[in-house]
Amino acid sequence: MAWLWLVPLLPLTGFLILAATQGRLPERVVAVIGAGSVGLAALVTAVVTLDFLGSGSGAYSQTLWTWLSAGGFTPDFTLYLDGLSLVMMGVITGVGFLIHLYATGYMAGDPGYGRFFAYMNLFVFAMLMLVLGDDLLVLYLGWEGVGLCSYLLIGFFQTDPANGYAARKAFVVTRVGDTAMAIGLFLLFRELGTLEIQTLLERANTAWAGGDLTVTVAALLILGGAVGKSAQLPLQTWLPDAMAGPTPVSALIHAATMVTAGVYLIARLHDLYLLSPAAQTAVTLVGLATLFIAAFAALAQRDVKRILAYSTMSQIGYMFFALGVGAWSAAIFHLMTHAFFKALLFLAAGSLILAMHHEQDIFRMGGLRRRLPWPFWSMVIGSAALAALPLTSGYFSKDAILLTAFDAPGGPWLWAVAVLAAFVTALYSMRMILVVFFGDEREGAHDSEGWNMKLPLAVLAVLSIIGGWFGLSPPGDVLPDGGLHAEHGGWLPWVTSAFPLLGLALGYVLFEPSRNRVAGLMASPAADAVRRFWLAGWGFDWLYARLFEAPYNTIAHWNRRDAVDRLFDLTAAVVRGGNLVTAYLQNGRLRWYLANMAAGLAVVLLIVLGVS
Amino acid sequence: MALALILILFAAALAAWLSERVGRAWPQWISLAVLAATSLWTAAVWLGGGEVATVHLPWIPRFGIAVLLAMDGLSLLLVLLTLVLGVVAVISSWTEIGERPGFFQLNLLLTLAGVVGVFTALDLFLFFVFWEVMLVPMYLLIAIWGHEERAYASMKFFLFTQISGLLLLAGILGLVFHHQAATGVLTFDYRALLGSSAGLPAWVMLGFFAAFLTKLPGVPVHTWLPDAHTQAPTAGSVILAGIMLKTGAYGLIRFVVPLFPDVAFELRQPIMLLGAISVIYGGYLAFAQEDFKRLVAYSSISHMGFVLLGVFAWNQVAVQGAVVQMVAHGFSTAALFMMAGALQERLHTRALSRMGGLWQRAPRMGAVTLFFVIASLGMPGLGNFVGEFLVLLGAFQADVTLAVVAALGLVVAATYALILLQRSFQGPLAPEFPAMRDFGAREMTVMVGLMLALVGLGIYPQPVLDLSAPVVEGLRAVTGVGP
Repeated sequence: MAWLWLVPLLPLTGFLILAATQGRLPERVVAVIGAGSVGLAALVTAVVTLDFLGSGSGAYSQTLWTWLSAGGFTPDFTLYLDGLSLVMMGVITGVGFLIHLYATGYMAGDPGYGRFFAYMNLFVFAMLMLVLGDDLLVLYLGWEGVGLCSYLLIGFFQTDPANGYAARKAFVVTRVGDTAMAIGLFLLFRELGTLEIQTLLERANTAWAGGDLTVTVAALLILGGAVGKSAQLPLQTWLPDAMAGPTPVSALIHAATMVTAGVYLIARLHDLYLLSPAAQTAVTLVGLATLFIAAFAALAQRDVKRILAYSTMSQIGYMFFALGVGAWSAAIFHLMTHAFFKALLFLAAGSLILAMHHEQDIFRMGGLRRRLPWPFWSMVIGSAALAALPLTSGYFSKDAILLTAFDAPGGPWLWAVAVLAAFVTALYSMRMILVVFFGDEREGAHDSEGWNMKLPLAVLAVLSIIGGWFGLSPPGDVLPDGGLHAEHGGWLPWVTSAFPLLGLALGYVLFEPSRNRVAGLMASPAADAVRRFWLAGWGFDWLYARLFEAPYNTIAHWNRRDAVDRLFDLTAAVVRGGNLVTAYLQNGRLRWYLANMAAGLAVVLLIVLGVS
Repeated sequence: MALALILILFAAALAAWLSERVGRAWPQWISLAVLAATSLWTAAVWLGGGEVATVHLPWIPRFGIAVLLAMDGLSLLLVLLTLVLGVVAVISSWTEIGERPGFFQLNLLLTLAGVVGVFTALDLFLFFVFWEVMLVPMYLLIAIWGHEERAYASMKFFLFTQISGLLLLAGILGLVFHHQAATGVLTFDYRALLGSSAGLPAWVMLGFFAAFLTKLPGVPVHTWLPDAHTQAPTAGSVILAGIMLKTGAYGLIRFVVPLFPDVAFELRQPIMLLGAISVIYGGYLAFAQEDFKRLVAYSSISHMGFVLLGVFAWNQVAVQGAVVQMVAHGFSTAALFMMAGALQERLHTRALSRMGGLWQRAPRMGAVTLFFVIASLGMPGLGNFVGEFLVLLGAFQADVTLAVVAALGLVVAATYALILLQRSFQGPLAPEFPAMRDFGAREMTVMVGLMLALVGLGIYPQPVLDLSAPVVEGLRAVTGVGP
């Protein structure tokens, strides 16, 4: 465990080397450094994990140095390892390495090869700091760091201004959440006098044992940060546009790791939510609303990456939902299985897009299963896990969430909505598979991938299937529920498992290419309006553009020359006017002076006479 | 040491001016050598423990005026910043100045001498003299070597500074005569005047405050800054933003709070409000700009708003944060102004609408701009974040509403910083500029130095905090006011 500090240091070193050489290294060397640093970090993680599990201790911390010390505020750079950060670290380095490996092939030939891997390594470093930081300020460093890398990688293909817009949108929208979170940190520090997580939670439990408005406010502010980073309502709008980044980025940042940071944050600070039932209910509702809305939005998308983006949003909704209903371990379990199958789906989509010469519209694909067996089987396996078909990894984790939810207060209703969304999940998965891989075959696709792209697909496919078999939950009793509780008697488990199957069946009926019954359904104007509404992500972009973006830009434009400065200009104008008037009086003409003198004298005389 | 530094800078100024007759390159080499040597000397003093003897020489004893120079941690820090950024300024203008290079260096060094004087003078009359000494050479720098609207900008700069200087003088005299009336002693000695503000009318404090607020600058007296910064030559902008603005912040910490603790404490909320408004309004104006340099200039108003907020939040975390923010802003803004100068030199324009896609032409300049833009929007790990976070953390304890308002500045900062990068270096390549020279070794050395400074300040700001901590603690002891 003493090697823990190496885990974040390795990708950081990779970043520094790649940044310092500024793309002058040959591709092969960049690939070795970029993927190798993360691979080594994964190896060290494996060693540390074995060591940690063998030691049987609940937590291990390693202080590197004191960041700063001012007026009683002394955050340390301390790495803190427990069951929760262990799972996260494993996902980040393990799945991260597979995606890096895939990217060495995917990005081949790109002029920004070195820059790409520099950003990717920096991301892995920041993400590790986020989950290992023992102080909320260190966590915040990672939190902002992953946001920065997300921004850089969404806008990686710089020449298209649309990518830049998507990148800035992602950064600014998440920063709204981050600011809420920062304010939450200020509040926690004011009330508890520290940001060191373990001490903070202890003090919170003493200070707010009976519940308190302050803890609710703090928990809600932290939730604000979480919804921004994890693309949950109401700050979810940036994620679909974030698909402008290269596909490995979508797999790593916008599916497997960064977007689940909000889930990690709430799980890490779960004591605050246990102290504030109101805040925990808010987490439930945010998750429920997001998983529902995003599932329907995914159903209407045409771009394969946007389907997956809404699907990610929806699945993270399940994780938030799980946190809210108290299925803590299930939430982290689903985080892990989702990292496997969603990374798989994105990488498969990447292969598909490459083979189709950067075509992303699923309706311009079709019948590709024979020509592209690797993407096909990867997508099938990933979708099966996504839809939670029995015996896949997603089945175990989602089932645990749904069954626990049923027992929560108001459970049957919550359960009903979540199960309905699970039904829709299966539906859109089926649609994607049928439209892309069945029906009339499109010409022109060619599969030219090397082992470095196929191996990650294979490993992730295996994990997507077996990743849930062992009911892995964070070791130790880090989370308050102390593990998974998916046992439930009676009809409930059967019905819960049946909904995805029904979804698949309906999906087959609707989207089976030779009949294409859905086209008939969509013919009516009302159905088409609904489709367009879902395609536009329930109109949030439309609304926010009018509510926030347009006023911000318009007022900025109006006030470009600074209204305050106009006041000073006014002063200057008055002075200048006075100068003009007085200068006019001094015109050097004797007659003019005489006349003025006479007039002045007359006025003075009149006044004197008037007064007396 | 303080006196020696000032005399060296004066002497170097004259030498640089005269050396123009020997060769055109001489003045800048003299400037560079002297500034580098004095920087190293100051850094050595800091590393050696930072003890600096106080200079006390009689000057006009009849009126209680003396040459009184002293350096505590805060002064040492700011003097070091001044000299280092002086080096940066000289290097950044290495190829920019065509006319009268000797006279240019004369003005540059005189400004720096004035600034060092301001940071070290403990006699209020002497302080005022240095305050004015900074002004005239800077006016000349803008008026002679500035860009297209230099006449307007330099006049505006001069008027704002001069009028606020008058208020400062009135404030100084008011304080001194009040002290004389109370004790019978006529003196301008800062140490004697401490604690003598009881019964003083509030306008005396406001005279000081107005001068420093203008220099900082805070809303609503900020409007000289965008014009002056935009029109000044690169070295002028670097010195203005990097160092001169800090004299305003320094004045608040050194004079306004300790000399008038009661009035300052009473007025802390309206002043914090000005700080919060500056953060938001300055950032929002920056977002709207079409001119690279002007955008950076407005961002300074936003960053210095944090300093104002921090100083008057009246607790140690916030004040120390304000000091870190001063240093970090000095580095990050100096770099961005240098970038603006480099772009102007290459493209002959500062208009963002004519730039775009420059990363492809000059990847090193792009990466450097990216770094400082990120610093400017407060990325953790870099110095500006430490400053802003500490200020907000402290301010939140003082006033929740104002801290929340100022925290929204983090969102505004993201909008202006990213749009700057987008419109200059990203997007489609501007067809107007088929070729552009990337940064060479000279520029990269400076930039990498500034980057390392910001990273150092970002992950281990303790040396700076330690330097300023005694001052801030002393402040609480002296004032004895507040929570």
